[in-house]
Amino acid sequence: MNEIILIKNGELALKGLNRRSFEEALSRNIQKAAAPCGPVKVFCSQSTMYVTPLEYADIDEVTERVSRVFGIAALSRAAEVEKNMDQILPAVCEYLRDELESADTFKVNAKRADKKFPLKSPEICVAAGEYILNKFPHLSVDVHEPDLTVTIEIRDAAAYIHKQPIRGAGGLPVGTGGRACVMISGGIDSPVASWMMAKRGLELSAVNFASPPYTSRRAEDKVRSLLEKVARWSGDIRLHIVPFTEIQEAIRDYCPEDMLTVIMRRYMIKIAEIIARKDGALALVSGESVGQVASQTLRALQCTDAAADMPVLRPVIGMDKEEIVSIARKIDTFDISILPYEDCCTVFTPKHPKTKPILEKVIQAEKALECAEVNVNAMIERAVNGTVAEVVKPR
Amino acid sequence: MGTNGEIEPIGSEIYFDSCATTKPCAEALSAGLEAMRYSWGNASSTHTRGTEAAFKIREARHAVADALSAQPEDIFFTSGGTEANNIAVFGAACKNKKQGGRIVTTAIEHSSVLDSVNELEKRGVEVVRLVPDNKGHISPDDIRSAINPNTILVSMMMVNNEVGSILPVAEAVKAARKNAPRALIHCDCVQAFGKIPISVRQLGADMVTVSAHKIHGIKGAGALWKKSWVHIPPLFYGGHQENSFRPGTEATPAIASFGAAAERMCSRKSIGERLSHITELHEYMIKGLLQIDGIVINSPSDGLPYIVNFSTCCIKAETMLNFLSERGIYVSGGSACAKGEPSHVLKALNLPREISDSAIRVSFCGDNNKREIDAFLNVLKEGMNTLAHFC
Repeated sequence: MNEIILIKNGELALKGLNRRSFEEALSRNIQKAAAPCGPVKVFCSQSTMYVTPLEYADIDEVTERVSRVFGIAALSRAAEVEKNMDQILPAVCEYLRDELESADTFKVNAKRADKKFPLKSPEICVAAGEYILNKFPHLSVDVHEPDLTVTIEIRDAAAYIHKQPIRGAGGLPVGTGGRACVMISGGIDSPVASWMMAKRGLELSAVNFASPPYTSRRAEDKVRSLLEKVARWSGDIRLHIVPFTEIQEAIRDYCPEDMLTVIMRRYMIKIAEIIARKDGALALVSGESVGQVASQTLRALQCTDAAADMPVLRPVIGMDKEEIVSIARKIDTFDISILPYEDCCTVFTPKHPKTKPILEKVIQAEKALECAEVNVNAMIERAVNGTVAEVVKPR
Repeated sequence: MGTNGEIEPIGSEIYFDSCATTKPCAEALSAGLEAMRYSWGNASSTHTRGTEAAFKIREARHAVADALSAQPEDIFFTSGGTEANNIAVFGAACKNKKQGGRIVTTAIEHSSVLDSVNELEKRGVEVVRLVPDNKGHISPDDIRSAINPNTILVSMMMVNNEVGSILPVAEAVKAARKNAPRALIHCDCVQAFGKIPISVRQLGADMVTVSAHKIHGIKGAGALWKKSWVHIPPLFYGGHQENSFRPGTEATPAIASFGAAAERMCSRKSIGERLSHITELHEYMIKGLLQIDGIVINSPSDGLPYIVNFSTCCIKAETMLNFLSERGIYVSGGSACAKGEPSHVLKALNLPREISDSAIRVSFCGDNNKREIDAFLNVLKEGMNTLAHFC
């Protein structure tokens, strides 16, 4: 008896002519996600995907990894048996032994996709029900609210006996929506924002601003660890680390203290955008949430947005901290995010930041950086040229 | 690495973080390497390979005992200071668990003691944590009034690892013997070992913790000295090693290297010579620091000269540490960044925020010199002038 994973894709079923390309992307992503466990075969037939672990690949591990692939509504483990009742019935009792033993009530659900199969669905149900009752006399049938639903599916290639389905990660296959570049600091919000956009099918790259000596290599490493967790869902992420000290110091030296943060964020956006374009990204992603801190009021967001020429996606914009934290815990980034290292956003925090900066005034204040002695454009160029890229893999 | 086990010198780097750990000395390295190459047998095996390992451990036990003026049979090797402190604290509490009782300790102990007593407190033991003054001194009067007849354990470090204050262990011993006849006295000597002479006989405590990697040994070995008549239960079970008090196959390389380091670092002569060298460095450092505007010294003037804790009062400790590290100078900070909290020691000292947030700990070893201090002070000044001030 061979055990495989059956996959029901979620929103994909709603796609029209594009469906094929979505399915191909999903199949590729499943292959990639499962690859570290060993070889797997993925094929799609009758709107279901079949994942078969080959050789030494461990199905528990494959299931766990596949459950993090976006574009899957539900997955279930299933035993693959020959299409005849003499094989199917004993296999049901063997494969679902633990479940049948611990349940009190059950029902059988049969699906006959292969219309050439001699028994019709209700006949399969009756035969299987009788067989199970005979082997497990403590059980009784309950077709409305059974403890256990035994699903038998007769398809073209074989018959499948399902275990309880597991919820998939939902969303759309990564890569089907193009690429976006995440601005990641090391806090709780940006990894969650990254995860949410990957869920909508976006491939991710990331940019982190390093300000040594105010930020340390441990802070960089923290960002790496966070992205490793996100990459378990999104696949590989190209991380760009931008040397930002010079610009931050110039802002501190030449701009009014209460505008430090908003001006810094505008320069971060400008630089991130240059890097994003080079990387083929069409949007930036940020972990801002309205009202969370001074730089995240509507006025402040207006100021940062005005610095961008591409859309800035802010998936957590309307979420409470608690809601964000619960996702951070789910994707295992929370414990890393709370490690106490200084990051680019906490350096030079003004004591009384402007909570309602006026764009015109901010632009006016930035003029100080455009004079000959500072030459912020040269600084931006140096920051972009000094940027170091690496690929962060899932871990 | 050369054949004699000598490692490359650190070179242009300046290592001022010897309270965190020390660079293994040549003797410790070659003893460890030798044990890995030749004496790799299980010390419990009776064949030649095993016996060789047992010999190495015996030699090391003698060396560590000598360093403490103790009997070798009272030395129990552990994986390090943390384990030895856990054995002492939990052992003492377990032995007296029927009587309930009180543990007296200080708020500036190492976390291996504090976290252990916190756990015991949850299990119903009363814990008194003596609070220091803002230089890390514990008042003898406080000790006397804290130790009552119900006290089952007094645990006090000899030297504080963050500010270098020397704690009044002798007063604690006197008070405990007078007021609490059944109390055990434990002294965490990890930071004092190899820096000031320790004689367990003179000290009068019942248990003493020491560690190898703070005296130029390699990581992975420490010891608990325990008076022969003190019977406390072990933390682990499962073998007859270390007289069944700390079972588990002995880490011969780490233990052999511990012995070699103790032999090299802990003779009275070696300690005395080093101490006068370090005292000079300490004075030189303090003088230099006080010439810089804004610097505040957090260490007490009567503390162990190996440790100088000071604050710039303007640069976050994390930033200064990174700045120094980029230039090959390694020190410690007592405080984390804006997101973190000051260490429990700095908190107990009740220092203003700008002092605890900018606190830097320099800790010396015998290899340091004045030239390094000059270089350090220059870089420190450069940092204070160029880095962003937080207030």
